[in-house]
Formats: sequence, structure tokens, C-alpha cells
Amino acid sequence: MKAIMKPSRIVAAVAALVVSAGIARAVELPFDQINAGRYQAALGDCAGCHTAPGGKPYAGGVSLETPFGTLVAPNITPDGATGIGTWSEADFRRALKQGIGHGGKRLYPAMPYTAYTKMTDSDVAALWAYFRTVQPVTNEVQSNRLPFPFNIRLLMAGWNWINFTPGDFKPDPKKTDEWNRGAYIVEAAGHCSVCHAPKSALGADKGGLTGTVLQGWFAPNITGNLHEGVGSWSAEEIVSYLKTGVGRGSIGSGPMREVIENSTSKMTDADLKAIAVYLKDLPASDKAAPTPVATDNPAMQTGARIYAVNCSACHNGDGSGQGALFPKLAGNSVVQQGDPTTLIHIVLAGSQGAVTAAAPTTPAMPSFAWRLTDQQVADVLTYVRNNWGNAAPPVAPDAVGKQRKNGS
Amino acid sequence: MARKLPPKDVVIVGLGWTGAILAHELTETGLDVVAIERGPWRDTATDFNIGYMQDELRYAVRRDLFLQPAQEAMTMRNTTSQTALPMRDYGSFLPGTGVGGAGVHWNGHTWRFWQSDFETKSHLTQRYGEGRIADLQVQDWGVTYDEMESAYDRFEYLCGISGKAGNLNGNIQEGGNPFESARKREYPLPPMQMPYAPTLFAEGAKSVGYHPFPTPSANLSKSYVNPLGIAMGQCTMCGFCERFGCANYSKSSAQTTILPLLMRKSNFEARCNSEVLQVNLDGAGKMAKGVTYIDSSGVEWEQPAEMVLLCAYGLHNARLMMLSKIGKIYDPQTGEGTVGRNYCYQTNAGIQLFFEDKNFNPFIASGACGQTVDDFNGDAFDHGSLDFVGGAGINCIPTNGRPIGFRPTPPGTPRWGSAWKKATKDNYLSTLGFSSQGSSYAARGNYLDLDPTYKDRFGRPLLRMTFDFPDNDIRMSHWVSDRMVEIAKALKPKQYVEARRNKSWNSVPYQSTHNTGGAIMGADPKTSAVNKYLQSWDVPNVFVIGASAFPQNAGKNPTGTVGALAFHAADAIRNQYLRNPGAALVQA
Repeated sequence: MKAIMKPSRIVAAVAALVVSAGIARAVELPFDQINAGRYQAALGDCAGCHTAPGGKPYAGGVSLETPFGTLVAPNITPDGATGIGTWSEADFRRALKQGIGHGGKRLYPAMPYTAYTKMTDSDVAALWAYFRTVQPVTNEVQSNRLPFPFNIRLLMAGWNWINFTPGDFKPDPKKTDEWNRGAYIVEAAGHCSVCHAPKSALGADKGGLTGTVLQGWFAPNITGNLHEGVGSWSAEEIVSYLKTGVGRGSIGSGPMREVIENSTSKMTDADLKAIAVYLKDLPASDKAAPTPVATDNPAMQTGARIYAVNCSACHNGDGSGQGALFPKLAGNSVVQQGDPTTLIHIVLAGSQGAVTAAAPTTPAMPSFAWRLTDQQVADVLTYVRNNWGNAAPPVAPDAVGKQRKNGS
Repeated sequence: MARKLPPKDVVIVGLGWTGAILAHELTETGLDVVAIERGPWRDTATDFNIGYMQDELRYAVRRDLFLQPAQEAMTMRNTTSQTALPMRDYGSFLPGTGVGGAGVHWNGHTWRFWQSDFETKSHLTQRYGEGRIADLQVQDWGVTYDEMESAYDRFEYLCGISGKAGNLNGNIQEGGNPFESARKREYPLPPMQMPYAPTLFAEGAKSVGYHPFPTPSANLSKSYVNPLGIAMGQCTMCGFCERFGCANYSKSSAQTTILPLLMRKSNFEARCNSEVLQVNLDGAGKMAKGVTYIDSSGVEWEQPAEMVLLCAYGLHNARLMMLSKIGKIYDPQTGEGTVGRNYCYQTNAGIQLFFEDKNFNPFIASGACGQTVDDFNGDAFDHGSLDFVGGAGINCIPTNGRPIGFRPTPPGTPRWGSAWKKATKDNYLSTLGFSSQGSSYAARGNYLDLDPTYKDRFGRPLLRMTFDFPDNDIRMSHWVSDRMVEIAKALKPKQYVEARRNKSWNSVPYQSTHNTGGAIMGADPKTSAVNKYLQSWDVPNVFVIGASAFPQNAGKNPTGTVGALAFHAADAIRNQYLRNPGAALVQA
């Protein structure tokens, strides 16, 4: 079957499958391919960027704030004028795997072709087949809103020369199939490194998944590190977190909320387990747990009082939290990241948990920015990060002030 | 001229407990549902912020979450011989407004009415003879407790009610209420941990032969995940329930049990700050066509719909029926007409005990954490030798020790100055109160109608309440107050002070927001406004859901029964009405 078959014809073909078992064989393959493509779209979280909140699926419009300026995810529905309706499958493959769009236009790596390059050709073909079935939407999106000189797309040729190695995923024959499946999802379609890998001055991944700051949050360390990473999480806890948004006392929120809702909650249990196996096996960063701040430190003493008044009603005096409602703070690896950006963000701005079929509550923490000073936020976070067996560097009031000024 | 909107399958007036339950149940069938709520959108983290929710001045004194009389007032009088005047402020009762309704700021006492409550008239007639209820207008509900059992169960499990069963399938359970009608299974959560005051009350009640048990509570004893998958937290006993939203997701409300799921359904929509002016009927007045509402900009909209569900506060349900000409307004002279009939309330009294040597730590409290004695409620006891029917639950539920409102002082204490300060200091920790919450039985002269003089800001007549406590209920209350004195004496306080219930009803001091009746259910269209499924006898595509349906009120908080009626009506709509829309479910 020609891959550029019009969507209406595919619908007709699928309908034929339903009504006539006799010719089912002839159309079985495209149906399976579209289904597989829909799953690839979930793995790749295409909707996260290409579907605006409340907007039509994949019609574009989500703004991505990068250190270099704003990019807006384009319309990738098969609309001829404003989407990718005039693209060929080869165009599509080249965009995903080489970062070069229709007509040779260089893509910015906010589109994670640096990861998608590792996708297999058959997965890309399935994804293409699926996108041909999506409802075409006319929606003109001005993608490139970067300031000069970053708005010159040709610069990306140079960026790619330095930072981008195209090529398929290479399985490690010494590891299990499950491990390799996990590695493939994490490194290719899942593009986890886009948020979780530290970045160079050019915005490129420096390798590893030890965490980095983006959009006012700190995407945490998800290596096998026992203290900051997921080394202390069981595979079941990781699966639960990704599937439901709730796992090991943590509740997914911030930028991860969208990833859980659009992507990981739609993955199969087998794939989630494979991701867990792979992440837990990722070489732990060499960082050991720091020595906790002493309990007689003034910040700890003040922090304890602030915690009792403001936090303990929900998170409990012993930091144990309450199931799917209030995160557990004791022993929580997110709480103990070296970088406290996420914690400061949550205390200042509040946050709401992810919604999934298994955990529909979407509990929210209110903002405390109006109530606590920079010093108080710093003290209570220092306390939370160094009480109940937790250990992490103290939080400086200046860091809180800086984030408050930046609007989170 | 109202602008006409695209039609919906169902329009719901009011998005509180009943509106949310009905919306959830009917959207499950695929119907397209819109709820129109006159108050604002409210949610836990954004509106019941843990950092300021315990602002007693804002919420308890100034009543931030309640309906204000400027938006809708009511007029009141005690008897038909008087001229009703508008209440300048709500006092005796406090209707809610906004998403979640009064279910946001309730205390959380969650009762089931008993078999004998649902068959008040036939039960009392059979046991004591017709003469005993000659001065009353009590009626049967048209449903039995057995028909309501599963609906109660669903509401309790939706909410995560914390309690102890007293009667499981006919077997009396140690530690529960031995007088309750049989339930099929335990409460979803165990009772709350008791503070000292109710613990002491229970000891005193037991010592005089009564049977105290933990009050069933919608403040949760443990964290809970309800059948919809929505998680709730354990109550922290902060003492800010009634008049407050819960900041901890630990008091059951539409927000904490249904809305997270409901609001994400593509076939549901909530329109807030939009007040329904009337239900629109067809030319013959036999079917509803939808509603007209006005938004906060003053723009009028017509929302056509196949069904209209009145899910506002009971009093407002009754008024909307009157304004929309659904059914005939009750006339106390002739006894004809059904809308406004059998308005009832609650017959409460209290007692306060002052001790020398006790420390109750009253600030460790929650709205429904306490002990109840039901030995003298409903028809749990023989009234053969007595001069009344009905009864009261005796409740020791210290809901709070809040700094402005909770200042117990013995009689004779000055109202201000250093002597008052000393007295509040001496008595704050060592005072225990309990109260009787009595049945309110219908009387011919207690009813609701439209005021002939006073109008609201849209020019519509205000609701007029004509009510006084029937003599039967006053006699009942005094008799139960005598029982409270027995318990008080057993506890040996240095002093006890009674607050007995006497005539006449006064709309100023707070008493109870348990206003019932006005659109009552029953088996006879001559004496009820809605049938046993809460479907209007007169306009069959209108259902009226709430305490407006109670033919009379029992000595219990109404919310448990209101929630159960919502499930009961939802089942009837789903399983019967939708098969043949527009038809009456019960032939008149």
C-alpha cells in the first residue's frame, strides 16, 4: 500500500475489514500499522508539544520556552496548506531522523530528532501511517519566534555538526531483551534526555540522565543513583508512577504531568517495566549522599516550626504524606535533588498532580508565595530536605528570591 | 429577550451535592448535561487554601461562602395572620451558593433515616391511633427504607463515611447505633478517634442506661479512595468545618468526591455565576422546554433541554417551581395545592456543662466527630404514655474551639471587660456542651409560598416562609431536654445551663440549615408535588431533588438522605425514564 494514501481511503479500508472477513487479510496490515503508529505517537508524546491545551489533536500551538527564545510546535495534521499534508513518507522520516523538514528546512532540536534518529524505520513508518489518519486541521502556526541570530535555521547545520550524531539505536547484546526495549524507548521515541540530561552551553545533551533545570523546574536525576535517582525505587514503583502518576509516595506534576497524561500512562505495562529495568541499571552518577544539615542549624529549627504550621496538615508531621493525595517527603528522591528548583517552584506557585484513569483525583498544593518570605521558604525546604533521614544541600534565600522574581 | 442556546439533553439547576451526583450518573449514560450554578466555581487548593481557610472572621462571622440576602432574600412570619417581612440577613439558617453548594461548608453528620421515618403517618397511626397525629400533617414518603438502602450505601461509600454499623442485616452490632434500620454492610471507614468531651459524654449516657455510639462522619477517620477512584485525606481535627471549606481534602463534598472526574467529561459542562430565572414550559404547561438564566453580565440566555433537574437548595427548588408554574401552590386554608406544602425545620435544644477540673482541649475537633444517643429519636421509644410523637438525637459533637465564636461563660458573666476575659479564660478548656436535634413534623399552617409584596433584583416575588414550631414538637423537645439533664447530672458538673426550645421561631439566631419540604414526595398527587422518584406529577420531564422532597423532617441531619435520594432519582431516570422519556413513572 502506498503510504500517502488519503485518510478517507484508510478509513474505508478499515471499515472493509470490519464488514468483510473474506478480504480481511488484504487490509490487516495497514490497520495494524495505524494502531502501532498511534502507540508510537504516545511513546513519543507528540501531543505534548503539538496539541495545544484544549486544541485539536496535533494542530500545533504549544509554546516552548528555550534559553534561546520561543519556538512554537507546528501543525502536524495532514492539512495541505498549514500541516504536513503535502509531505511524503520520506520527508517525514528525514525530519524525524535527520532534523531536516520538507523542502530542506532545518528543524530546531526542540523537535527531538536527536532522539528520534534512533527510532527504527518500521516504527517511523507506523507513526507516519497513523498521522495520515489524523483529522486535518487548518491552523497556521508561526513556529520560529527566536530572536536574531537564532532565527536563522541554517545555523542548525553547524549545531548538528557539533552536537548531533544521526543513526539507529544499537542494542547491547550483553543485556536482556527487556533492558534493550527499555533503552530503546528511553533513548529514541521517549526522548527522556531532552528534559533529564544536563545541557551544554549550546543546549545540547551532555549525556546521562542526571537532571537539569528547564521551565523553572528541575527535571530530576533518573539514573540508578540510590540517593537522588531511582536506584532505591522498585521497578513496580517506577511502573506505577509512570502509569498512574503516583508511585513511591511521589505524585507527578510540573512538566512531567503532561508526559504522564499524554504518554507514559498510555504505554503497556511491559514497556513501562522495560523502562524501569533500564533506568535502574543506568550507571549511578558518582554523587554520594551529602551529610545532612545538622538539626541545631538555625534554618532547621525555624524550618521545623514553619513546617508544623504550613505543611504538616497534609504531609504529616513525619513527612509520610497520604497515598495518592499528598506526596511523601521522607525518603523522596525528588525532594533530595542537589538542585532545589522544583521544590522552590512548588512552594511559591503551587502545583497540581497528573490525571490518569487510575488516579483521577488531581490533588493540588496551593501557592505559598503570598505567605512565606524568601528566608522562610528556604528554611522550610532546608528542613524538609534534611529531616526524616533526608539529606540535601541547604536552600539559599537568594535562590528563592531569584525564582520569585522570575515568576515561579 | 433571552438568546437561545443549542439544546442539551439535560439541564441541571445548581451544582451542589445532588447536581453533581445526577450529572455524574447521567453523563455515564452518554447524555449531554449542563449544570447552571448561580454562585462561583470553587476548588480545594485555589479557594480553600490551607494558608487562610481558618480565617474565622471571614468565613464564620462574615460568612464568605454563603448566599447573601442581596442576591436572594426571603420573607418570614410565624402565622398566616401576620404580614411577612424580609429577613435582612440570613441568621436562623444559612443557605449555600457556589459549586459544591452547602455541601462545601457542612459539618459532615451523615445519617440514614429509619424505616419508621419513611412511613411516618402509617407507622404512627398504626401504633398510637389517628388521634395522636390529628394536629399534624405528617405523611408517608412513598418509598420504604428497604428501597433506599442501596442508595444510602452508595452515598456513604462515595463519601467515605466514618462510623460503626449498629444493625448489620438485622444483627445488632456492639458499638454502633442499635436503633438504626438494617444496613447491608459496614461503613466504608471506622469511626473517628474520640476526643475527651464526647468520650466523657458517652460514659455519662451509659451510666444512666442509654446507648451512645460514634456519630457517622463525613470528616474522614483515615485516608480513602472512593469507588470513582478519587482520593481523600485523613481529617486533621483542625476544628474549621461548618462555614468553612476543607483545605485538606478530608471532608466529603462534591469537590472531594465527584468533580475531579465529572469536570473532565466531554459531555458535561458547568456554567457558574449564572442564575436560573425560571423553567420554561410548553404552551399547555405540561412539559418543560428548558430554562432561562441570566449571567453575571446581565445577559439572559435560554437553554433548551429535554429534561430539567432542579438540584438547588430545597427552598430554592420550591420557589423555582412556583415561579415557573410547575404544579399548584399550596393553600393552607383549603389544604389544596402541593408546592410549598409541609415546610419543616429542625427542633433543637442544648445544654452546657461547666466543670472545675476538666480539660477538653476544645480546639481538637471536627464537624462530625462525636457521640450520639438515639434512644429518644424518632419512634425508637414507646410514646404510648406521652403527649407527643417524634423525638431527637442527643449529640455531643464539639465541632470547634474557635477564638471568636467559642467563648463559653456561665450566666451572670458580663458581656465584656476584665470579668468577661477572666471568665472565658476559666471556662474555655473546661466546658462541655451537647444538644438535641429533634424531628420537625408537618403542620397545616407551616408552608412556603410567594410573597405578595417583596421582590428580588429581577422583579420576581421572594419566597415567603410561614412557620412556627408545632406544639407537638415543643412538647417533644422539652421531654428530650429532660433526658439531657439526666445525662448532665450523671457527669457531675459544677453547673449546667439549659437552652430549651420554646415558641416562637425567630429567624435571627442560628439554629439549623435543615430546611425541608416544599416539593414533597409521596404516593398521592393531591398531597405531594413529586412522585416516589422525585418526578414532578405535573411536568414529567422535571425532577426535583433535595430536602425539598422530605414530607417532614426526622431528628437527624438531612444530607445523608438527600444524597441517597439523588442516587435513587438517578437510578429511576437511568433505568426507567430514559426508556420512555416524557412519561410519568407513576400513574396518578
